[in-house]
Amino acid sequence: MANKISDETIEYVGILAKLELSEEEKRQAQEDMGKMLDYIDKLGELDTQGVEPMSHVFPVHNVFREDVVVNGDDRENMLRNAPAVKDGSYKVPKTVL
Amino acid sequence: MAKQYETVIGLEVHVELATKTKIFCSCSTAFGGAPNTHTCPVCTGMPGSLPVLNKQVVEYAMAVGLATNCKIHQYSKFDRKNYFYPDNPQNYQISQLYLPICYEGGVEIDTPAGKKVIGIHEIHMEEDAGKLIHDEWEDCSLVDYNRSGVPLIEIVSEPDMRNADEVIAYLDKLRLIIQYLGASDCKLQEGSMRADVNLSVREVGAEKFGTRTEMKNLNSFKAVARAIEGERARQIELLEEGKQVIQETRRWDDNKEYSYAMRSKEDAQDYRYFPDPDLVPIIISDEWIQAVRDRQPELRTEKLERYKKEFDIPDYDARIITGSKKLADLFEETTAICKKPKKVANWILGETLRLLKEKDMEPEELRFSAENLAKLINLTDAGTINGSVAKEVFEVLFGEDIDPEQYVEEKGLKTVNDEGALRTVIKDVLANNPQSVSDYKGGKAKALGFLVGQTMKAMKGKADPGSVNRILKELLDEA
Amino acid sequence: MDILSLTATQLGSKIKAGEVSVTEATEAALAQIKKLEGTLNCYVTVDEEGALRRAKEVQKLIDEGTLSGPLAGVPVAIKDNLCTEGMKTTCSSKILYNFYPTYTAEAVKKLEEAGAVILGKTNMDEFAMGSTTETSAFGVTRNPWNTEHVPGGSSGGSCAAVAAEECFYALGSDTGGSIRQPSSFCGVTGIKPTYGTVSRYGLIAYGSSLDQIGPVAKDVTDCAAVLEVISSHDKKDSTSVKRQDTDFTSALVDDVRGMRIGLPRDYLGEGLDPEVKAEVLKAAETLKEKGAIVEEFDLSLVEYAIPAYYVIASAEASSNLSRFDGVKYGYRTQEYEGLHNMYKKSRSEGFGAEVKRRIMLGSFVLSSGYYDAYYLKALRTKALIKQAFDRAFEKYDVILGPAAPTTAPELGKSLSDPLKMYLGDIYTISVNLAGLPGMTVPCGTDSHGLPIGLQLIGDCFKEKNIIRAGYSYEQARGAWKAPQLTETAKKGGI
Repeated sequence: MANKISDETIEYVGILAKLELSEEEKRQAQEDMGKMLDYIDKLGELDTQGVEPMSHVFPVHNVFREDVVVNGDDRENMLRNAPAVKDGSYKVPKTVL
Repeated sequence: MAKQYETVIGLEVHVELATKTKIFCSCSTAFGGAPNTHTCPVCTGMPGSLPVLNKQVVEYAMAVGLATNCKIHQYSKFDRKNYFYPDNPQNYQISQLYLPICYEGGVEIDTPAGKKVIGIHEIHMEEDAGKLIHDEWEDCSLVDYNRSGVPLIEIVSEPDMRNADEVIAYLDKLRLIIQYLGASDCKLQEGSMRADVNLSVREVGAEKFGTRTEMKNLNSFKAVARAIEGERARQIELLEEGKQVIQETRRWDDNKEYSYAMRSKEDAQDYRYFPDPDLVPIIISDEWIQAVRDRQPELRTEKLERYKKEFDIPDYDARIITGSKKLADLFEETTAICKKPKKVANWILGETLRLLKEKDMEPEELRFSAENLAKLINLTDAGTINGSVAKEVFEVLFGEDIDPEQYVEEKGLKTVNDEGALRTVIKDVLANNPQSVSDYKGGKAKALGFLVGQTMKAMKGKADPGSVNRILKELLDEA
Repeated sequence: MDILSLTATQLGSKIKAGEVSVTEATEAALAQIKKLEGTLNCYVTVDEEGALRRAKEVQKLIDEGTLSGPLAGVPVAIKDNLCTEGMKTTCSSKILYNFYPTYTAEAVKKLEEAGAVILGKTNMDEFAMGSTTETSAFGVTRNPWNTEHVPGGSSGGSCAAVAAEECFYALGSDTGGSIRQPSSFCGVTGIKPTYGTVSRYGLIAYGSSLDQIGPVAKDVTDCAAVLEVISSHDKKDSTSVKRQDTDFTSALVDDVRGMRIGLPRDYLGEGLDPEVKAEVLKAAETLKEKGAIVEEFDLSLVEYAIPAYYVIASAEASSNLSRFDGVKYGYRTQEYEGLHNMYKKSRSEGFGAEVKRRIMLGSFVLSSGYYDAYYLKALRTKALIKQAFDRAFEKYDVILGPAAPTTAPELGKSLSDPLKMYLGDIYTISVNLAGLPGMTVPCGTDSHGLPIGLQLIGDCFKEKNIIRAGYSYEQARGAWKAPQLTETAKKGGI
């Protein structure tokens, strides 16, 4: 494997992705990611100099909404699926220490 | 000799735009609703929902860009800024990193050393986050997404400011421009204008910038000034102790007058920006730019010149009035009704400013109508009420926006114009104050003032002072 | 009359003619579901009560003359990544095990307006990530042709349900082949339309720039009819395209004379199962005999499509799936200390291995220092792949090839080597990168009796070309045949 994924990298990506992996999962993730990156490195063979990165396949642009209020109060529906609710708000663990 | 330090400051100013709806959905942006009553699948990050851009946001952003001498990226895109926090329902914020709508502009400010241009690096559009309320009882936080998706522009300056005064002047200038454009009400206290301060220090003469910190949570001009002083001192102290300034985000605590690092292991500050695949590019034609330019309302400088020319208002007065969009609007609307620009200016510069100061209010908080101010001016001008009554009526008008005509009628405040009745009263006053009469005759001019006062008192303030003076002198000369 | 053996449009005509009632059709499908679900597990949710209630409503509207379209009253199954108001929508993930959307996806709304009766939600690979439907948190779906084999994925539940006649047609979604590959494995017909043709509003996103919703059915006629209904210019989806030419059923014409069909040599080389190759070439020969001009050509860049796809799709997925955090909906872990621990535990317990793998990869390729090397490189590769197709479509009306290199693998044989599984998408993925329409049409079986699918690829907005080619081929091939379920499967055992 040309791409060696360090423990630190897996730890760091876990923080970015908000995933907590077990030791076994970490080892597996290192191996999988290394293999995938080796494979992805194949793209390096391609000369893409001067090629514009293509986000959208079609030249669709300027899709706008008019500034008109359409939505009313739909709080009950919005909160219906929330795991924890208090006073019409989503309840989460304390965000400040 | 102790080392001399220079402060280098750049600002990131967030301004909430005055649109009716949010940036990517048709929910209302109105303030003050109960939590989560202005939300929908889009602004609560429901699975499967998709954003659609509010055109007015683009127009306001362009208008601010043009008014601050920016260039417009005629091909602009939205990117996702990825980070986890509960006020951000999708756990990414839709913003612009790679191709912001406006770039390379600047505004001129006045400094003691003369005029100075503060460069604007870019202006980009983005969505605001929701609000977190900390619940002390249950030791948890509550999320309200009413503000989630409210449109913002972020105005990023160059590191061109060197002290708090320049920062305040720059903020003031931006605020005025944006208020004149009608793009936002720019209230720092309410959070519709927010400034993050990027600050570093370096030895005077050094070419390289020092390491900067970013300070957040500054919600008044005074807090901005204090935070700059506090952070400057903190950084200099570190350097003097031979320590390093760490590049980080800090939260200013205005009560403790100190900033605190906001970093934690869980905030990697690696936002993994990439173009948002759910939104398409914005292409801005020359015609569109011209149309926004053509629609641009008169800004402060033009207004100032026009007031001096059109209304013959002194420069100083015109500056104060145009120094607030609200005052300028009040001036123009009132003048349009009563056609007495100088009198209107006097009311604004005099009583209005006096009461604002007394009540510690901003001009934006004024609630009375131009129509009622015009009525009051007309009543005074016609002699229906006298000056001191007018001031009393104005105090009521200032607080409750009453109709002065109706008020004067109801309270019986009209000046008495019945000359016969006035003569009778004055005769009585003279008869009751022989000492003052002889003082006057003896050359004491002050005595006349006393007699006027006595007459007004007898008239319960409702006499025309001119008539009182004239009749008094006439009768004294006869006596 | 055997109601179940009818195609969707045949059933629609019979309902219109009053020969079959909507309730009869719905009951027939529900009975088949009851009979086979114990074996096949095509559905995550079956809404028996709702479907029967809806059947009565639709019948009334048909009787009144309010509903008269070709699909009015026809029962349908919906992939479980399409939001349905009040009906559980899970993406086959534990993290959405209890999610009841507050709104219905635009494509499903279009079906409802056309008088569809929704039977339930079909199983899939978790968040559409996978090629076997084995990554579902709610059990694997089995292939009706051989229950020891996978149905393909990620729309495995939709394709297996159509093949097993547990519905008359279904909706799937296709990000890298997720309609076309399981259609091939299950011996049914499925279309991935041009990007932007069907609104994505209400489709729970995997790779937003690649995702498209499309029909799965027994034949090309049904697919064309369904696609005609679900295509729309939707103001709620900024990437939705305004099209005038969505009268797809007008292309159901048995005539390919003069049609230029290209066979990419790159799709017929190493890695392709010889039996699959033989059947695909036979199908090409059939079209040639009917007057099409068929020739081989070099498409190029095929081997770069998979790496580019995994960078782009994983990057978008890592961001799209960050909203699943235990705050607004779905699974929240029971015990946690503080906010970030709650996030991490909820997500780690809520997502399966394949989803986590792709989120990790996607987060990595977007992270500081790697964005240019991976993400931008992949977007540039995508541009080159699009150009290669543009060149091909200057010469050809349709590109023909296999939908997958093999027939359906056995259960449990794919997930151990993800990279090998990814390679199975080699013929479908570039179509998503280039935004093109693609269709799978069954074209025979291998020596084990497993179906083989023919893939027809059209230029952007040229669905009519592939519909015409597919329909013409189908006329020569003969009507669709249902799989012969084993005796135990028929009884509901495995």
